[in-house]
Amino acid sequence: MASILQPSKAAAVNPLKSSQPLGAAFAYLGVDGAVPLFHGSQGCTSFALVLFVRHFKETIPLQTTAMDEIATILGGADHLEEAILNLKSRTKPKLIGVCTTALVETRGEDFAGDLAAIKARRATELAGTEVVLAQTPDFDGAIEEGWAKAVTAMIEGIADRAPGRRRERDRVNILPGWHLTVADIEHLRAMVEAFGLDPVILPDVSGSLDGTVPDRWIPTTYGGTPIDDIRTLGDARHTIAIGEHMRAPAARLAELTGVDYSLFRDLTGLKAVDRFVMLLSELSGRPVPAGIRRRRAQAQDALLDGHFHFGGKRIAIAAEPDHLYALATFFTGLGADIHAAVTTTGHSKILERIPCDSVQVGDLGDLERLAEGADLIVTHSHGRQAAERLGLPLMRVGFPVFDRLGSQHLLSVGYQGLRDLIFRTSNIFQEARREPVPADLDPFRNREHDDHDRRSTPATREH
Amino acid sequence: MSLQARIQDVFNEPACDKNQAKDAKAKKKGCSKPLTPGAAAGGCAFDGAKIALQPITDVAHLIHGPLACEGNSWDNRGAGSSGSDLWRRSFTTDLTELDIVMGQGEKKLFRAVREIVERHAPPAVFVYSTCVTALIGDDIEAVCRRAGERFGLPVVPVNAPGFVGSKNLGNKLAGEALIDHVIGTLEPDDVGPTDVNILGEFNLAGEFWMVKPLLDRLGIRVRACIPGDARYRDVAAAHTARATMMVCSTALITLARKMQERWGIPFFEGSFYGVSDTSDALRSLARLLVMRGADPSLIERTEALIMQEEAIVWQRLAAFRPRLQGKRVLLNTGGVKSWSVVAALQEVGLEIVGTSTKKSTPEDKERIKQLLKDDKHAFDAMAPRDLYALLAAGKADIMLSGGRTQFIALKAKMPWLDINQERHHPYAGYDGMVELVRQIDIALANPVWETVRAPAPWDAGGLPSGLASAPAEAGAIALTRRKFAGTTADDMGEC
Repeated sequence: MASILQPSKAAAVNPLKSSQPLGAAFAYLGVDGAVPLFHGSQGCTSFALVLFVRHFKETIPLQTTAMDEIATILGGADHLEEAILNLKSRTKPKLIGVCTTALVETRGEDFAGDLAAIKARRATELAGTEVVLAQTPDFDGAIEEGWAKAVTAMIEGIADRAPGRRRERDRVNILPGWHLTVADIEHLRAMVEAFGLDPVILPDVSGSLDGTVPDRWIPTTYGGTPIDDIRTLGDARHTIAIGEHMRAPAARLAELTGVDYSLFRDLTGLKAVDRFVMLLSELSGRPVPAGIRRRRAQAQDALLDGHFHFGGKRIAIAAEPDHLYALATFFTGLGADIHAAVTTTGHSKILERIPCDSVQVGDLGDLERLAEGADLIVTHSHGRQAAERLGLPLMRVGFPVFDRLGSQHLLSVGYQGLRDLIFRTSNIFQEARREPVPADLDPFRNREHDDHDRRSTPATREH
Repeated sequence: MSLQARIQDVFNEPACDKNQAKDAKAKKKGCSKPLTPGAAAGGCAFDGAKIALQPITDVAHLIHGPLACEGNSWDNRGAGSSGSDLWRRSFTTDLTELDIVMGQGEKKLFRAVREIVERHAPPAVFVYSTCVTALIGDDIEAVCRRAGERFGLPVVPVNAPGFVGSKNLGNKLAGEALIDHVIGTLEPDDVGPTDVNILGEFNLAGEFWMVKPLLDRLGIRVRACIPGDARYRDVAAAHTARATMMVCSTALITLARKMQERWGIPFFEGSFYGVSDTSDALRSLARLLVMRGADPSLIERTEALIMQEEAIVWQRLAAFRPRLQGKRVLLNTGGVKSWSVVAALQEVGLEIVGTSTKKSTPEDKERIKQLLKDDKHAFDAMAPRDLYALLAAGKADIMLSGGRTQFIALKAKMPWLDINQERHHPYAGYDGMVELVRQIDIALANPVWETVRAPAPWDAGGLPSGLASAPAEAGAIALTRRKFAGTTADDMGEC
């Protein structure tokens, strides 16, 4: 059980986190016809927008209530109302997803009350557009929390909670964590459909952030979860939540609509995917299709072929809690050791399950300090400076990945994702291999030290 | 000397015990058993010649033939170089149909040598013949002689076309090329009383660099390590060494014997695999050097170094004992390695449940018998099917072998470690043995075995009860709720 080390320094060095409202906006971007609206000053939106664009290489609809000095002193409800009405008339979105920022939260207003009043007062103007609110101050949480709050906000604000709804036999809700890529979502959809089930995925970035070229200019998201599907979440037979941070939205949905949920901490490990597949088989009453069985056999072979590259390797990872868990269990499952684990926030219950001695809540400065002596750094693109300085290979994961194309189309879930991830990682190890030089192997090197060769002592880890 | 005469010459090897035990008729047949079409494995004579010479690092190795010989085999071995990387570049004349039909092979070869000399200016070019160029009668010796005169550098013909025989024969023919054209062609100005040659050491994964510092510390200078990390000039001056160690295989034994006959350099067979073998090798080197006039204190200093290093290595190995005690190892290699690592493996508590003696000499087999105290664990060659059955039945915990049998172990979901030429880990000397044991530990401790051995849940009798007949909706939901709701992978793992 990992102990969680809280940050003890004043200056964060090279932040690991992206802010909570960015996470909430990310979730709204997975809904069809949506525009996320940051309730804050212009810069809050602009920075998040630029980061999204650098990662996705797409136009990202993201608006701001543009709080100015006077509004900040006197109250922002007018700005919120004006922004919503302007967005409605200019872009005709199906969803406006409001995310509060640190600025307005520090000032402290009754946003829910203001929004309810706006919606009541402007019911006619806003007809056909859902407006939901996630309270996501930057000074708390990170992407994970923001994403989960926005999903909860959509469930609470849009899902029909009338009792006694008719359950649809084949309907399954999927609530993916933010760290699942476009490819992951597409793959999950295909797996679920292979059992004859009908998945509703919320949020569904595979429809909106998958990088397509529409034949006209569209100011909102195009693709993603349809609003109608959110409305009818309660019709589903079962909900599948992926990642500990999706437990709260899934539990809230169950509370409101009575749809049970199963939680998967990750969907990369063979055992977890086995369980996922068996759940689908159970829900559908169908045997596991031949294609999925074949993928499992391929994943087994990938484990065998890949494990040579992982055994005894020391991995330094910095990622949000659920993503960290998925990656750390992947690496230890193939015989590597977690040399350093750094995460964004210390609240998640998943952290104590991460297979290493301690998890540092901190930044990339901490990662750089702890990664000394590791074989591989695993984090987002901002880790490149640390990797360069330490002379270590960097495996880019999570958000943002701005110096590589196609990160949204890399698969890491399901049997196929396990296979692909093993190959991608093994290839990084192979590429980083350098030919030895005589000094590396000299038996008299470092003889003056007591522990003259750390690498040649038996590993002390427990399995 | 014609190629056939030369082959007969290398087949008559007075320094080889095995060869000497044969009668005249058996000798003529050569060392290797005749190949069985349809059931043969292993490389050809060209392969053997190239393997034996290619790690000479600053030489341009030019393969004269159609593409397959070099195109399908280049850059496949991890010998370490501390200097030039020219040896890793692949040069071939890549003969086309037109070249062959029109008889342009020799001209193309000459031009190829020129291009290489102009572009890379190597100290020498080695030219390898292949089946096709031997068949069409390209006279590579004449071309090499002419090119050497014209471009002013040694151009060495290596006449070992694939069809003349096995890899082992190719090794020997490579040795012939060295003794005929290279060794003794250069007189160094720094000849010393403790200069030695190491023959048959390939410096795989740089492993000779684990041994060389030991020699340095004793003041023993390696004049030429052939072929691992060798430079042409060192090989050319190898005749000035005072003693030769022949490592492991019998690949270059003819070369060692001829160097003894021609220049009076005594040699012994030894190995750097295993703790006591490494010590024995150091002892023998010191003894031969002293015999040839080196300072007698060398023997004492060698013993002191051995005592010091053995103490360290046994202590380091002992640290692995608690983790490895009782684990069963299947060795499927051959030759010297079939016994030379056994002692060290036993020292850390590993049990040897089998070792292959396919390529071993009677002497090797005797040593195996002594070490294992039970010769039923030694087997000649095992068919892949039998190996698979043995591993799948869990009669060993790990197999150590070469890449060829890798997938037998992996498909049986058993740990495997490469101990042959394609490996990436250095196992020579004292440190090498620790590395070998460490790699065994890493392979055995990997949790991946448990994962891959777990049957698919649909095969494990875990079929959901609802499958036989689709359950009524309410019932299915209740069932799902009971089985999955609120659970996680860990909970599932237990049921």
